[in-house]
Amino acid sequence: MMELIHAYWRNYLWSDGYVISGLAMTLWLLVIACTIGFCLAIPLAIARASERSWLAKPVWLFTYVFRGTPLFVQLLLIYSGLGSLRAIQASPLLWDFFREGFNCTIVALTLNTAAYSTEIFAGAIEASPYGEVEAGRAIGMSTWKLYRRIILPSALRRALPAYSNEVIFMLHATSVAFTATVPDLLKVAVDVNAATFMTFEAYGIAALLYLAVTFLLVGAFRAAERRWLAYLQPLHHH
Amino acid sequence: MLLQGYGTLLAAGALLTLKVALLSLLAAFVIGIAAASLKLSRQSAAAAIATAYTTVIRGIPDLVLMLLIYYSLQIWLNDWTDSLHLAQIDIDPFAAAVLTLGFIYGAYFAETLRGAFLSVPRGQMDAALAIGMKRQQAFRRILFPQMMRFALPGLTNNWLVLLKSAGLVSLLGLDDLVHAARQAGNATAQQFLFYTVVALVFLAFTTISQLALRPLQRAYSHGVRKAQL
Amino acid sequence: MQNLRIEDLHKSYGEQEVLKGISLTAQTGEVVSIIGASGSGKSTLLRCINFLEQPDSGRICLGADEIRIVRDRHGGTKAADRERLRRMRSRLGMVFQHFNLWSHMTVLQNITEGPTQVLGLGKTEAHKRARYYLGQVGLIGIENRYPVQLSGGQQQRVAIARALAMEPEILLFDEPTSALDPELVGEVLKVMRQLAAEGRTMIIVTHEMRFAREVSSKTIFLHAGKIEEQGAPDRLFMAPESARLRAFLSSQCQ
Repeated sequence: MMELIHAYWRNYLWSDGYVISGLAMTLWLLVIACTIGFCLAIPLAIARASERSWLAKPVWLFTYVFRGTPLFVQLLLIYSGLGSLRAIQASPLLWDFFREGFNCTIVALTLNTAAYSTEIFAGAIEASPYGEVEAGRAIGMSTWKLYRRIILPSALRRALPAYSNEVIFMLHATSVAFTATVPDLLKVAVDVNAATFMTFEAYGIAALLYLAVTFLLVGAFRAAERRWLAYLQPLHHH
Repeated sequence: MLLQGYGTLLAAGALLTLKVALLSLLAAFVIGIAAASLKLSRQSAAAAIATAYTTVIRGIPDLVLMLLIYYSLQIWLNDWTDSLHLAQIDIDPFAAAVLTLGFIYGAYFAETLRGAFLSVPRGQMDAALAIGMKRQQAFRRILFPQMMRFALPGLTNNWLVLLKSAGLVSLLGLDDLVHAARQAGNATAQQFLFYTVVALVFLAFTTISQLALRPLQRAYSHGVRKAQL
Repeated sequence: MQNLRIEDLHKSYGEQEVLKGISLTAQTGEVVSIIGASGSGKSTLLRCINFLEQPDSGRICLGADEIRIVRDRHGGTKAADRERLRRMRSRLGMVFQHFNLWSHMTVLQNITEGPTQVLGLGKTEAHKRARYYLGQVGLIGIENRYPVQLSGGQQQRVAIARALAMEPEILLFDEPTSALDPELVGEVLKVMRQLAAEGRTMIIVTHEMRFAREVSSKTIFLHAGKIEEQGAPDRLFMAPESARLRAFLSSQCQ
């Protein structure tokens, strides 16, 4: 066990000497996918919560498909599937893009988290306290201002517990990247296992690293909840 | 023909995936009930073990756990049979996959059941005990039905996640739906078509699950006023 | 005949002693009201009678039956004989502050649950009883409704019918009107007055001073876990002997 750690700790954590690997790659995937996914999810959530069905229905279809199918299958479609389409083969730009396992993984993870986040934020928007919205309109706020100053800040705060779960799921979901040959934490474990046949140790170290990062994220989100959701807690009785 | 002769292969794969998912559901439910009871018990040792189980399992990606447990199981069994000078016993891959998934998702089920248990107002049990019901009677007739009302949304979600996780068993070497699609896709160079079929099959599974569970949720919701939106 | 006898009951929550040696009796047909400030231990006392809270020491006897208190595995206390406790509970009826009607059952099911599951009555017999007692509390025709569809006053009256359907020897009331809107308090008190007039043995923990004075045959004033004063309600309310009782009464709006 100790020799294994000694030989491979760098791979597990950040690099195998050529590219970013291991934990660093996993976190990199997580940050990019969640950032883009979050930015996509906000306008999508507004559309999803809208009363205009021409806005809401297409978004519903998107979330329905991406939440109803496994991420692994979505990745296979993008990584192994798109390459077989003539349209992709014909365009050098798209072909080069979707040949890279990393790119395909980012696209799959981003769309997946965008779908789940959209549902979470849409739910929070729909649960906006009616009175607060009314008060904003009564002052004469435009719809744009209403969303920006009243609805979204309130909804995003209330969505924090559910969204924090989503981020942790995303951390775990990145492990599927190894099937697209991306050198993430799980791929390093798979390679170490192939090289040393110390299966339990190879996967066990990866498992512990995931566990550690999960704990850190849970702690960070709990602190965020305490700060941003303090106004929703019942007053303490002295 | 649309599926170019691979229809039977795909159907067989889909059936296997479904079987894995359903049997794992059973295992996860049993383990979940056991773990939830331990976690809620007053004996601190049992509660601590159960808490360690649910915390650790839910902190590690299911794919990592699947590979870790699935391959380690065979290796440990080999070490054990070797030390006893017995012939090697091969674990059936299907059984190993089901046990692995059941063990992993037992932790999620445990948390859902525990949350539901804690959501039932204490007064309900008080009234049952005050009338002279035995503890077991009170649990069966008063606590459990109300627990289910709270648990069903969470359990439905747990099931859907488990179902989608079952899509990973091709990585354990099982001949499931994804494996069949890969074979078909590579043979015909039409990977997109066949992976789309896989996606549609999963979409069908999840849709049917949700449709089937809705009447169950409604049945357990007697006597609950839905929030007016 | 002495029906309920409690001797030297003690109960602590950790360091805090909540009941410091309470003794009281209830004869058949007596209506005992227990009054006192919040935190005086009134509800704890009542809940110790049927062991919903575990008393630390003392004696609780119902008729000839006594429930002995022993230490349990975790350092607390419990009833020595579970079966005996269960049987005693079925002879006591309890009405809770928050009604505690089983929300997944209809009104009828709530009332027949005890008679069928605990007393072993047949369905027809249990239904007959349920309808009779629903009539007694003035609620005919709602038997297929769910608790959530009823007002607070209606729910509490159903809870009373549920307790009555067990045909208990003593009825215990734990602040039965405290959780009700003011307009609904009256209908519940009316039922309780009726029960008292019928000669039922009742022990009522309450904040309703006027009601306690009118209905009870004996009033007990609890302060900080001890019985400060007890006696006939008229004397207690008109000429309180202890200073604390006087202070308490003057703080209650009449």
